[in-house]
Amino acid sequence: MQRFIPLAALAASALVLAGCTTPPDEPTTLVLVTHDSFALSEGTLEAFTEQTGIVVDVQSGGDAGELVNKLVLTKDSPLGDVVFGIDNTFASRAADNGVLEEYVSGDLTEAEDAFLLPAGSGGEYLTPIDSGDVCVNVDHEWFTEAGLAEPATLDDLIDPAYEGLLVVEAANSSSPGLAFLLATIAAYGDGWPDYWSALVDNQVKVAASWSDAYYVDFSGPSSEGDRPLVVSYASSPPFESGVTGVLLDTCFRQTEYAGVIAGTEHPAEARQLVDFLFSTVVQNDIPENMYVFPVNSEATLPETWAEYAEIATDPYVIDPAEIDANRERWISEWAAIATP
Amino acid sequence: MGGDRDPVTLIRQSRGREAGNPSHLRRISSRGATAAAWILAAAVPLVFVGVFFAWPVASIVGRGLFPDGMLDVAGIVEVLSRPRTVRIIGFTIGMAAAATAITLVLGMPVAYVLSRLRFRGRGVLRAAVLVPFVLPTVVVGIAFRALLRDTPLDGSVVAILAALVFFNVAVVARTVAVSWESLDPRQEEAARVLGAGPVRVFVTITLRRLAPSIAAAASIVFLFCSTAFGTVLVLGGAKYATIETEIWLLTTQFLDLRAASVLSVAQIVVVLLLLVITARVRGRTTAQHRSFATRRPRRSDTPVIAATVLIALALAVPLAALLERSLRVAGEWSGGNYLALASTGGRNALTVTPWQALGNSLGFAAAATGLAMLVGLVACVLLSRTPRSPVARRGLDLVDGALMLPLGVSAVTVGFGFLITLNSPPLDLRTSPVLVPIAQALVAVPLVVRTLLPVLRSVGSRMRDAAATLGAPPWRVILTIDLGVAGRAALAATGLAFTVALGEFGATTFLSRPDAATLPVVIYRLIGLPGGDNAGMAAAASVVLAAVCVAVVALVERLRVDTAGAF
Repeated sequence: MQRFIPLAALAASALVLAGCTTPPDEPTTLVLVTHDSFALSEGTLEAFTEQTGIVVDVQSGGDAGELVNKLVLTKDSPLGDVVFGIDNTFASRAADNGVLEEYVSGDLTEAEDAFLLPAGSGGEYLTPIDSGDVCVNVDHEWFTEAGLAEPATLDDLIDPAYEGLLVVEAANSSSPGLAFLLATIAAYGDGWPDYWSALVDNQVKVAASWSDAYYVDFSGPSSEGDRPLVVSYASSPPFESGVTGVLLDTCFRQTEYAGVIAGTEHPAEARQLVDFLFSTVVQNDIPENMYVFPVNSEATLPETWAEYAEIATDPYVIDPAEIDANRERWISEWAAIATP
Repeated sequence: MGGDRDPVTLIRQSRGREAGNPSHLRRISSRGATAAAWILAAAVPLVFVGVFFAWPVASIVGRGLFPDGMLDVAGIVEVLSRPRTVRIIGFTIGMAAAATAITLVLGMPVAYVLSRLRFRGRGVLRAAVLVPFVLPTVVVGIAFRALLRDTPLDGSVVAILAALVFFNVAVVARTVAVSWESLDPRQEEAARVLGAGPVRVFVTITLRRLAPSIAAAASIVFLFCSTAFGTVLVLGGAKYATIETEIWLLTTQFLDLRAASVLSVAQIVVVLLLLVITARVRGRTTAQHRSFATRRPRRSDTPVIAATVLIALALAVPLAALLERSLRVAGEWSGGNYLALASTGGRNALTVTPWQALGNSLGFAAAATGLAMLVGLVACVLLSRTPRSPVARRGLDLVDGALMLPLGVSAVTVGFGFLITLNSPPLDLRTSPVLVPIAQALVAVPLVVRTLLPVLRSVGSRMRDAAATLGAPPWRVILTIDLGVAGRAALAATGLAFTVALGEFGATTFLSRPDAATLPVVIYRLIGLPGGDNAGMAAAASVVLAAVCVAVVALVERLRVDTAGAF
């Protein structure tokens, strides 16, 4: 019987230790798992701590594409409590793999309906936070000097009049590249490979990354290239003081979502943080920090945005479940056509 | 099997067997203690690589290959039989081999000039050859593409090879120079006097004696090239897939762990094959323990000097383009981009200023260098011994191989491996900044080992045995002989380790926290945003990164001069 005494003592001390790790007056810390483009002004997250007493620890390594895969691989010992930055192209993978708790912010109104995900594609798990369009950007100056009318639609881009003027990013190495491929798939359905063959015939240039497409090949004011059309973001023109613009009929909408990570020890607090990300405090802060549009209809846009930034009224969209089911096939078929 | 034994060892063994020799018993007990010390020493590098590399990689590869606890043979065969897999593995090996060959050819004249000739600005040139090595690939990729745009080379294999050579010439130039310095030139001079032509002397004497360090440099360059990521994508216009880019695509985009794991195993096999090949040329050069005096250039050096100047100019072109970009704001000459480094950029581009990021970078790189030197030095002293037992020798070969693996395995595999292994106390490090220098040190250790080991191996066991016979305990042998001989090489290795840690991007960005971002991470963020001010800041920050690297390495090189004087 003696043997049990040390065990009991051990158990007792373990209980004491367990009690010690979470004293009641210690503030709860939530880990916010996000991607490396995440940024908010100083003081924004601190406002949340002042409101609720909850401290937020931001873990922002890696890019947006890796985010969901990280959550899937660490399902057994979650990386954090709240995730921000899952976009509509990865949403259904997150939903299917059970890495999120069912929760959508109750503060959403009908005005944000357009951003909600379909049920079964993440709709039960994810709250929309921001949205940005990937669109063909145009160098207005170049077209004025050349005396050529600017193209407007995807169809125009295969018009021989615009031969050799477009640079896109590769769908297999760049997220705006993939978004543009998805725009063409949404527009042409099963006929998209023909459209891409026509783009290739029209001397489209494929660059590996946004950075070199934009800075090396594009002819815009801060770039060195000679192609006046580039696949970029709808938020890029404000950086170029309006010298460039957006072809609003070529846009694919990328919406980023937040959710509660399954297995969190602080579900109630995690929900509060999701609500906070949707509140106007964060939403007003998003454009100037992450260069995307807030989804909250109550949010106000900064002045330069109101002046130069345009929003497509009818962007291309594809159901996240369909994207997830076809991503690999679409990308390899695309690579065979566009990067032979 | 015993034919390759060192004669001194045999003599020692037969002496030890003499019956009734009282020192025999003493030797046994001290031999036991020595063996324990060696095993303990072996534990340092093995535990480091085991915990922070082998375990994470094995876990993630295991998940891919053993999806339900059973080896998925059919799945593995399916992946291997895809034409794409075969093509990618073939392309990776071919590309890396070609880049390595070119880098070797171009690096040798530079190594000669750095190690043998005395001229003004030699110290600066020594440090400056490291500049390409520290620059972020995305910045260099953009500089290269800007130069090649509108030429048929844009998006070609030639462009990829050019950039790979650009990054790696420093490795050859510096690793080989370290050995070249300690070669006694009198042997070559004697051959010349006896009538051998310069080519014949170079091929039959110099090359043969430099073979171990050339092999070491080649293996490092090959591994850097075979795991290159940004360079291959940006300069190849996303047309070419290598094992590395494919692992990234499969892991981060498709979540196809099975195929990614098969390719990770392919990377490991490539490293092992490489080790088998280079072990054949390891050889043992004659021990030389001093640096031979450099001399003024002669007329006969003209071709080598001309080649070096041409290579230096070729390396300088992309750098000059970068420097020019950093000095322009909206097309006009200006220092504005450098002034902006004290800010977080226009429109809150950054969370920390580039200067703060530089501070973070220096801190992480210093920690990583310390760690890499500790692990690398212990490993080198150990690996340079020739134990009597064949089992122990095999064991050393294994340690040698294990230390090289981190260079040849994808940062994506290691990064995701970290996530699923280092998740419980006492190693709950997934969210800790400590992982950043550890990941950097993993890449730096092989560089330290490859730089030091050829020099330490050249010592030969006779000198150590002589010291031991004269009564020096093992620790004293290590301090006075090993470290004495390798002191200068250790400083060169420190410079390389620091450079690779300072420039490391792949693992660092995966692990870094927003408040502790390093300068390469900040540069990557800036170049990923539209607007001329951000691109200009990225260029300026890259120039600062390069300048700081040269300054730190030049400082280390100064120490080098002092130690060299002791010989």
